[in-house]
Amino acid sequence: MSVTYLEAIREAQAHLLREDERVYLYGQDIAGKFGGAFKATKGLAEKFPGRVLNTPISEDAMVGTAIGAAMEGMRPIVEMQFADFSSIALNQILNNAGTQFFRTNIPCPITVRLPSGGTKGSGPFHSQSMEAIYSHYPGLVVVTPATVEDAYTMLIDAVAIDDPVIYCEHKYLYYHLKADALPKDRLPIGKARIVRPGRDLSIVTYSAMVHEALAVAKEFSASGVEIEVVDLRSIKPLDTETVLASVARTGRLLCVGESFPWGGATAEVIARVATEGFHLLDAAPARINARDTPIPYHPNLWVDHRPNAKSIAAKARRILAE
Amino acid sequence: MLQTATRAGAKTSKKDPPHERYLEAFRWMLQTRIFEEKLTSLYRGGLITGGVYVGRGQEAVSTACGLFLQKGDVFGPLIRDQAGRAAAGEPLLNVTRTYLGSRQGSMRGRDGNIHRGWPETGQLAMISHLGSLISVVVGKLMAKRMKGEKNFIGLTTIGEGGMQTGATHEGMNIASVEKVPLVLVAVNNHFAYSTPNDRQFACAQLVDRAPGYGYEGHEVDGTKLADCLDEIGGAVERARAGGPPQLVVASLLRLAGHGEHDDASYVPAEIKKESWAQDCVPATEKLILEKGWLDAATLKQWRAEISAEVEKAVETAQREAAPVASEEDWCAISTRGMVDAPVLAGE
Ligand SMILES: Cc1ncc(C[n+]2csc(CCOP(=O)(O)OP(=O)(O)O)c2C)c(N)n1
Repeated sequence: MSVTYLEAIREAQAHLLREDERVYLYGQDIAGKFGGAFKATKGLAEKFPGRVLNTPISEDAMVGTAIGAAMEGMRPIVEMQFADFSSIALNQILNNAGTQFFRTNIPCPITVRLPSGGTKGSGPFHSQSMEAIYSHYPGLVVVTPATVEDAYTMLIDAVAIDDPVIYCEHKYLYYHLKADALPKDRLPIGKARIVRPGRDLSIVTYSAMVHEALAVAKEFSASGVEIEVVDLRSIKPLDTETVLASVARTGRLLCVGESFPWGGATAEVIARVATEGFHLLDAAPARINARDTPIPYHPNLWVDHRPNAKSIAAKARRILAE
Repeated sequence: MLQTATRAGAKTSKKDPPHERYLEAFRWMLQTRIFEEKLTSLYRGGLITGGVYVGRGQEAVSTACGLFLQKGDVFGPLIRDQAGRAAAGEPLLNVTRTYLGSRQGSMRGRDGNIHRGWPETGQLAMISHLGSLISVVVGKLMAKRMKGEKNFIGLTTIGEGGMQTGATHEGMNIASVEKVPLVLVAVNNHFAYSTPNDRQFACAQLVDRAPGYGYEGHEVDGTKLADCLDEIGGAVERARAGGPPQLVVASLLRLAGHGEHDDASYVPAEIKKESWAQDCVPATEKLILEKGWLDAATLKQWRAEISAEVEKAVETAQREAAPVASEEDWCAISTRGMVDAPVLAGE
């Protein structure tokens, strides 16, 4: 038996619905036989009647109702059809959910699932990665699972957290990633993982870019250069300690993110390493992100818009030569 | 509120007032007027940091919004709902604590003025973004139904300006789709900050939107207390009985600035002559005296009692300690283990 990243997300939701009567799913086209634009909820509406609910195309109100329900003790999971459309719900997520506990002392345990990231031919409005925006505002936990195992355990853990969690699932990984089985163990949210140990350079990344970084690390290993790959797993909280420990081992840092270049997770990691671990660095830290344009539709343009193994390798070579 | 009813009822004479809760409601109106005048004078004296937003002219509608709520109901009050908040059970002391910056108020100095809640009686703390409270109330009602609770309703208010946001549209629609017992009271006070209605909407009447959303719609003259009690009380009853969402549109004039910093000089003099522009507090009082539902001595006594309550709430809050930055935990989430980078927080 094997499990894809997408199936892990579906299985996690099935598990949550089975184990926790406070959980319900709320999103566009997720109910009935259809089971969601990506089928992340297929079969769940039949199995859990009344707890997998289709919504109108009202992202603001979808999150607004989830906030209200969470205040009443429920654990709603809101599915955005694409991360991009969560822009319509920004106000509810950032200003309402994100401020609620601080203002009122009443926790706001909602989980918002964002099908994120680029796939060929998806264009400017079905490809975005929005972790930076959500991390910038106080009051939210932002996770970016990169593996089948994390997709499963981090969704279950997200729902258990008493605060709003933005769960960024990568669409490219939905079908491309497979594991032998659902995991038995978990690494808690907030801990980064060294997915490949190394000695010469730390590549700190998250979500689908973990796999591009791993490809680069493998390639370099053939010529005796050992790259350490750190998967952040959650952008907020950011596991600065694990990153610093990695840089202490390698002395060199490259941060890779699929989202736009201005600010964001890669800039944050570099800022932290520069301020707290300057003495650990043997070369200037570097980062690589998508280009500062909307995400193009055509595959020829798209592959060049975001970081990929080739561009990461080129950057890595420059840092190693310093 | 029951206490007030008894007090009011004891003095009822001759002919009964037009609604059984009329005098009780008037007492909340009077309390609000006296209290908000005090807040204004504190503001003018520089004793309140931030803004003061009053509901002058809206006391009748707002009281009716709070008066019919029961334990288990959800209330989403907005900017001009001091009267409704009080009628629904928020003590004056929580208001003075919030305005005067006592750490003992429900917002603990983290938010101020009208951005406060009173969870003890189901009152939500609004965020500023107009329209965003509607769906939150809907979500609470959905959850109550999922949990098997019965006999609850939700009531929230909106201005004719706030009604033009996308959030209001989404919230109103989703309430119908989810078939929750919602009462939305839209108060058309003819000015959204400085903007008159012709730059807010172009439909003939806001209540015309009700059928478009699957609501039952009602209009009411917001200066007439009896009508407000009938219409809003009726809407609450219909929602409680399983009816569709209810939209009540009340017409009146905002008789203050947007906030106390605003002299509202943009409100033309002619409009103040309209029948719906009259001040509901003296109008109701005049009617009460004319009809002999209360005598002048009783009203005088009410004023004295209210003033004493108000002074006490102000004095108590003024004596209390303000929040102290060094004692704040500066933590935006409840899960300590999920807090990010405390070392970066300026320490
Ligand atoms: C979405 C949003 N935009 C702007 C504002 C700033 N603002 C606060 S109150 C107000 C006017 C509101 O008018 P209305 O809804 O008619 O209520 P009223 O003040 O007349 O009671 C504005 C523009 C806001 N709070 N929310």
